[in-house]
Amino acid sequence: MDASYITPFMTSIQNVFSTMFQLPVEIGEPRIKTESKTTHDVSGIIGVSGEMVGTIVLSMPSDTAESIVALFTGMEMGADTDDFADAVGELINMISGNAKAEFQRKSVSISCPSVVIGSGHRVASSSNIPCVLIPCNTDCGEVVLEVAIREATESVSTTSSSTAA
Amino acid sequence: MRILLIDDSKTMRNIQKSVLKQLGYNELEEACDGQDALNKIGSFKPELCLVDWNMPVMDGLTFVKTFRQTDKSTPLIMVTTEAEKSRVIEAIKAGVNNYVVKPFTPDLLSERITETLAKCGANS
Repeated sequence: MDASYITPFMTSIQNVFSTMFQLPVEIGEPRIKTESKTTHDVSGIIGVSGEMVGTIVLSMPSDTAESIVALFTGMEMGADTDDFADAVGELINMISGNAKAEFQRKSVSISCPSVVIGSGHRVASSSNIPCVLIPCNTDCGEVVLEVAIREATESVSTTSSSTAA
Repeated sequence: MRILLIDDSKTMRNIQKSVLKQLGYNELEEACDGQDALNKIGSFKPELCLVDWNMPVMDGLTFVKTFRQTDKSTPLIMVTTEAEKSRVIEAIKAGVNNYVVKPFTPDLLSERITETLAKCGANS
């Protein structure tokens, strides 16, 4: 995968977290993800279409996600509430939207976000699109961005679905 | 001043409400998509709308185009993750008066609201 498709997501998560709730993000070493399950049990998911296709997932452990959502919304809320899912969805929406603006001269659209909560769930996308896992350390704990996108001209069909284990 | 907040994210509407209340605006109504907003406009009669772009049912750009067919003057501010220049131009051509890219600081949103109301002569 072209590194220029990954760097915008690193910058974007730092920008979103620092602008919206002053939480610094330290980016770890990106790697190709080989395991099929998401890294953690809370996933915010965005589909990408247009001249680029694929999926972007913000994966967080529940306790980390609850701390981040509390900073973002100014309210404590459990992972089982609608408002919690809404906040996680808005985070991945901002991260993806911000990053896609860096894809110069490409017309790219993002979907409305989906949020899946539950241990061991899997977010499926085309197996032909490699997924790059970007570990991000924060004072609230580790979060992970999983970026599986590529140019649509490579004619790969993208189906995206999520299943709870 | 009556302000309509149009965003499918309750979290984002709450953040915007908090900024607007700090600015002294308390007559606020919420809509979760463009169609919901069109349904509420007749009774609420907003004097300013903050509009998200990506929403289910009816997106913000479609809302702006539809709204502008009958209302040329009420100020509209697009508040969205869509940051590409081409998108900003598209929104302005459709009739928005100002544009805020998410993520934003409360100060930036305040500034854009004040600036828009001043430009449109609607500050009260």
